[in-house]
Amino acid sequence: MELSGGEIIAQFLHDEGVEYLFGYPGGAVLQIYDALLRADKTKHILVRHEQAATHAADGYARSTGKTGVALVTSGPGMTNAVTGIATAYLDSIPLVVLTGQVPTGVIGSDAFQEVDSVGISRPCVKHNFLVKDINDLAETLTKAFYLASSGRPGPVVVDIPKDVTDPNIKIPYTYQQSIEMRSYNPVTKGHPFQIKKALELMLQAKKPVFYTGGGVVLGNASETLRTLVKTLNFPITSTLMGLGAYPSSDEQFLGMLGMHGTYEANMAMHDTDVLIAVGARFDDRVTGHLEHFCPTAKIIHIDIDPSSISKTVQVDIPIVGDVDDVLTSMLELLKDSDNKVTNDSDAMKAWWKQIKQWRKKNCLRYNKKTKTIKPQYVIEKLNEITDDDAYITSDVGQHQMFAAQYYKFEKPRHWINSGGLGTMGFGLPAAMGVQLAHLDKTVACVTGEGSIQMNIQELATCMQYQLPIKIINLNNRYLGMVRQWQEFFYEGRYAMSYMDSIPDFVKLAESYRHVGMKVEQTSDVEDALREAFAMKDKLVFIDFISNREENVYPMIAEGKGHHEMELAPDSELL
Amino acid sequence: MRHIISILLENESGALSRVAGLFSARAYNIESLTVAPTEDPSMSRMTLVTSGSAEIIEQITKQLNKLIDVVKLNDLNVSCVQHIEREMMLIKLKAPASAREEIMRLTDIFRANIIDVNGDTYTVELTGTTEKLNAFINVFDCDSILETVRSGVMGIARGSSSLHV
Ligand SMILES: Cc1cc2nc3c(=O)[nH]c(=O)nc-3n(C[C@H](O)[C@H](O)[C@H](O)COP(=O)(O)OP(=O)(O)OC[C@H]3O[C@@H](n4cnc5c(N)ncnc54)[C@H](O)[C@@H]3O)c2cc1C
Ligand SMILES: Cc1ncc(C[n+]2csc(CCOP(=O)(O)OP(=O)(O)O)c2C)c(N)n1
Ligand SMILES: [Mg+2]
Repeated sequence: MELSGGEIIAQFLHDEGVEYLFGYPGGAVLQIYDALLRADKTKHILVRHEQAATHAADGYARSTGKTGVALVTSGPGMTNAVTGIATAYLDSIPLVVLTGQVPTGVIGSDAFQEVDSVGISRPCVKHNFLVKDINDLAETLTKAFYLASSGRPGPVVVDIPKDVTDPNIKIPYTYQQSIEMRSYNPVTKGHPFQIKKALELMLQAKKPVFYTGGGVVLGNASETLRTLVKTLNFPITSTLMGLGAYPSSDEQFLGMLGMHGTYEANMAMHDTDVLIAVGARFDDRVTGHLEHFCPTAKIIHIDIDPSSISKTVQVDIPIVGDVDDVLTSMLELLKDSDNKVTNDSDAMKAWWKQIKQWRKKNCLRYNKKTKTIKPQYVIEKLNEITDDDAYITSDVGQHQMFAAQYYKFEKPRHWINSGGLGTMGFGLPAAMGVQLAHLDKTVACVTGEGSIQMNIQELATCMQYQLPIKIINLNNRYLGMVRQWQEFFYEGRYAMSYMDSIPDFVKLAESYRHVGMKVEQTSDVEDALREAFAMKDKLVFIDFISNREENVYPMIAEGKGHHEMELAPDSELL
Repeated sequence: MRHIISILLENESGALSRVAGLFSARAYNIESLTVAPTEDPSMSRMTLVTSGSAEIIEQITKQLNKLIDVVKLNDLNVSCVQHIEREMMLIKLKAPASAREEIMRLTDIFRANIIDVNGDTYTVELTGTTEKLNAFINVFDCDSILETVRSGVMGIARGSSSLHV
């Protein structure tokens, strides 16, 4: 088959089985777009801003486990995409981003719409390529998909100069599905000796706790994790990124840990003697002050990326390997008679008794009897009326934390949010990618009046492709998370965290031919949600006018340890 | 502590900037860096000198290994490895008639070579450890040194162990 560069890209995406390509055209990619008209398996989704293309591809990837793909033009198209690329990078999401570039002959001459895409993206990609020769194009695409999805996943940028996609230059093409790279051999199998040592330590533990993260989701290890945790009868807590990997409803689950984690999870972290970190990277939102972190624990850390291990916290038993592989090996070892699980030992009984004590604090309590809408209440109701199959995306701020705390995730890949970069504007475009990947499933985007306005233009994309996303806008008329910090740490000086001139979201939604609803009283919340979710084929924007100065509790202030967390003051509870 | 890290790198455009970018992004310091293709032109050999605590050096080697263009690397300053290091310097000295004798004598003592001579300058080539090069510089007063060019450190393990694919 003789194909031009543009046709090679179209044909490759087809052969690779790429369902959706999220993009936005421009001069440098015109020839690719022209060729795409011929690709029948891959559907192009026209977004309204390149940032949204990357977030939508990202949402698609997070919810399916497959690589998300975006296509943008050179210069401003590429720079607009950078936020989405960095978002995917910090959460280790497999993306391939194709960027147009000026023709090879004028690279470096400050040509029209030229930026050094490889240079700009270098610090926020797993790898990137500049394809200077059409003969390297197909192989580079194979490498890009391989790198993005294997080992610790991440975004890969492929920068393609315009002359490489010249329709008049055709070369033979064959699809190559896999490729060997001498410089890239991600480890998958954990070291058997380390695994055995870890298991021995676990079986001797008196106060063990599992601390699991996004790696369990990325490594599709939920089932194995559940079996192991059940077999051992250990308590388990999860990072923001790992929510859903272990069912929230299970009694061994302590909830999220960290800055806005539960009392029981953080206290268990503080008191544990054996911490089993699984696919989690000891982020500062999780560890709190490092000096106070797990002061009495021996630490086991399972991670596919050696550089995640002992990066901020020195660990005792590192295991480099794929989480599913390592946990499976542990389960196998447990079948040996000399590895007896003594989960009914006195020590374990005492540990569970202690945890029950902590649980009694009921740290997520809040006052439900107010007339003004509590954001927590909206999430609880959302949880009630959607089933375990619903996908929840979120933006960044207080509403994100409320969603993480009050929505009970039962399945992996159903909680889609930007944790590492914390990108406001992520929620709606991510929800588009999720909805396209799961056309018959419920998708809700929990957002705030600040975040939603960062990519509000995507309501047009939702109109074009009839995406029936439910937008849950927790409208507190504040950049709430910023306001909370100003209340706590800047003596209540609310510098620029007040949202003046908020649009009429109902009319705004309607102008895109969506349904808009405004809800102002607690008593109307449930009915409104039911009504909205009953509109199966409509995007519904529900503007919940919620309590203005609600704070997210519990909270560990920066520089404090897990045991120093603050709970909501009693006055707020009743 | 000072560490010499030997790296085999894909000979791709941009590979060097990935290494340099890693160091600046993570605020690691580079004392010196040399790079050139190996006998296999598809690969470059880089020697990088850095310093930091054991934990930082561990992160540096892990982060370097994570770069897709890095084929293999070796920290020459771990206890099980003995190594040899060399650096080369070209130094241009003022050489008025009165100073020539002394320059030639010092050149001899340091086993250096005079590689260019003209009316009033001598250029000397010298190879050795960083300390030896420093010592040579220090025997001249600043006024008589017109220019120095140093290659940066190259390192290789002693014995039969070698860094290759
Ligand atoms: C406003 C705000 C507040 C936040 N508050 C909190 C909070 O209270 N609590 C909290 O937990 N987070 C919080 N976060 C999120 C936080 O910033 C981090 O994003 C998060 O804690 C990181 O989660 P993780 O450790 O699971 O790592 P991830 O970023 O999910 O990293 C996954 C790890 O797993 C590894 N991995 C990947 N694939 C595999 C595999 N197949 N096998 C083995 N390992 C693998 C990777 O190498 C990596 O080390 C907050 C974020 C925001 C924006
Ligand atoms: C792109 C971007 N800019 C700034 C921030 C800093 N920031 C974090 S939360 C937040 C406020 C979010 O406000 P809103 O969306 O209304 O959510 P709320 O906290 O009120 O629920 C801001 C400004 C960010 N995370 N992302
Ligand atoms: Mg707000």
